[in-house]
Amino acid sequence: MTAQEPEARRLPRARRRAPAHWLGLVLVGVIVAAGLVSFVWTPYALSDMAGGRLAPPSAAHWAGTDRLGRDVFTQLMIGARIALVVGCGAVAIGGAIGIAVGVLAAFATRFADDALAAVFDILIAFPTLLIAMLVVAAREEASLGTAILALGIGLSPIVGRVTRILTKRVLSKDYITAARVSGTGWPAIVLWHILPNIAPFLGVNLALQFGLAVMAEASLSYLGLGTPPPNASWGRMLQEAQGTVYTAPWGALLPGLALFSLVIGVNLLADALRDRFDPAGRDS
Amino acid sequence: MAALLDVRNLSLATAGARLIHDLSFAIAPGERFGLIGESGSGKSLTALAATGLLPRAIAAEGRITLAGTEVIGAPERRLAGLRGAAVATVFQEPLTALNPLMPLGRQIAGPVRRRLRREGRTPTRAAVAEEVRALLDQVRLPEPERLLDAYPHEVSGGQRQRVAIAMALACRPQLLIADEPTTALDVTTQAEIVALIRALVAEQNIALLFISHDLPVVGQLTERVMVIRHGRAVETGPAAEVLSRPREAYTQDLVAAARRFDKALEGRG
Repeated sequence: MTAQEPEARRLPRARRRAPAHWLGLVLVGVIVAAGLVSFVWTPYALSDMAGGRLAPPSAAHWAGTDRLGRDVFTQLMIGARIALVVGCGAVAIGGAIGIAVGVLAAFATRFADDALAAVFDILIAFPTLLIAMLVVAAREEASLGTAILALGIGLSPIVGRVTRILTKRVLSKDYITAARVSGTGWPAIVLWHILPNIAPFLGVNLALQFGLAVMAEASLSYLGLGTPPPNASWGRMLQEAQGTVYTAPWGALLPGLALFSLVIGVNLLADALRDRFDPAGRDS
Repeated sequence: MAALLDVRNLSLATAGARLIHDLSFAIAPGERFGLIGESGSGKSLTALAATGLLPRAIAAEGRITLAGTEVIGAPERRLAGLRGAAVATVFQEPLTALNPLMPLGRQIAGPVRRRLRREGRTPTRAAVAEEVRALLDQVRLPEPERLLDAYPHEVSGGQRQRVAIAMALACRPQLLIADEPTTALDVTTQAEIVALIRALVAEQNIALLFISHDLPVVGQLTERVMVIRHGRAVETGPAAEVLSRPREAYTQDLVAAARRFDKALEGRG
């Protein structure tokens, strides 16, 4: 390294990006805290319509009220809980299906691999939201569980495709040949060599999927296909505030801001985790 | 005595090209055999074929018998039992032959655990740790405490290759395949690794298949050699004879080139 290089270049990657990582932690931390606190305490009951209609933020209503006189801050807290549950649930389901099928595809014979890759590509060509809407329609009723399942299935081909490519790349490495030559079985190779080596990249991808799932849940709720009332979802808050966006902008701004913060925060955190858990990248 | 590895009329081909033509050789238990050839001559492919790890796109003909088991066309399950027990391999580039995300101690522990199970012993944490420690000692690795928790990129190339050798020895194989194990190392480290391999195979009476293009190294390590070029055997015989009085023109060229290289080095020093 020469002295002319800017200061930032000489810092390790992780330290250079530390402020962004902290921002991610704070954003996600605040939303997780709000979601957790909502289980034991909210400023008002969710169906409490005691406030004035479309009241601006005040000491009594920190984020104002909606057109039915319900407390917006309470809805935001409940919405945080819903968003986190849907995000985690959808990523868990989509991740489990996607990783399993992706690894299988990478190991499969040429023909089966090509077939699975084609299936992934075709499914990815359908927008995740569209697949999720189809699943919800097939289940005939909108519920939190249906939304999670629908989004999980919708995300699985994206995870599957990434897993397949990452696994193939690891499979071509010498240490896999070395492991096989010393008699390591396939289950052990997947568990000890493949999954740890695809985890840093897959983790970042799963965090992206989490963001997608949260956005898609908001869209489903916006369309009335997500969490049913009276439970508050940021998507439905946006939809309900649509008509009053000029008279009471906080009703639309705040859920939008919450959605934005969660998605950005999770992505920043994913970057931080990758830097932390990739020992080869840590010093470079 | 029956050969440990018996390769008979081996031919390897892809859809478009023949890579190995009618190659035959045998290695007796405890024997040290050298396979010499330039890059791309098919040395490494022959080693892969011996362990049944050829890429799907390469078709094999002929017979390979490893510890009494036919390798070509054998089901994966039978081959998996053979690998480790009969044969272990040390590769050219130790950086890529080690899992970058696993501490070295755990990488050595893997084959140790499998061998203990194979021998009918319970791989308890203490037994495995003791074996790993003994292996680090055998391959003369300093500071075992630090190395056990270190990742591959945190230690030197020579140390990585010693870890790879420890992993191969952990299997207690009858045959050790060393595929250009010194090529990626600097000259001093090369000499140390060659000395280590020689001492270890002699101590534990392991047969050695040593693959290299480095004639002096092969001469130091092996009893019998085979020179191959473009996938065909050129010359085979006792190492001392082939390397000091080569009969074939190609081997003569190789030996002359190695001598010139040595002279040039001496001239400079």
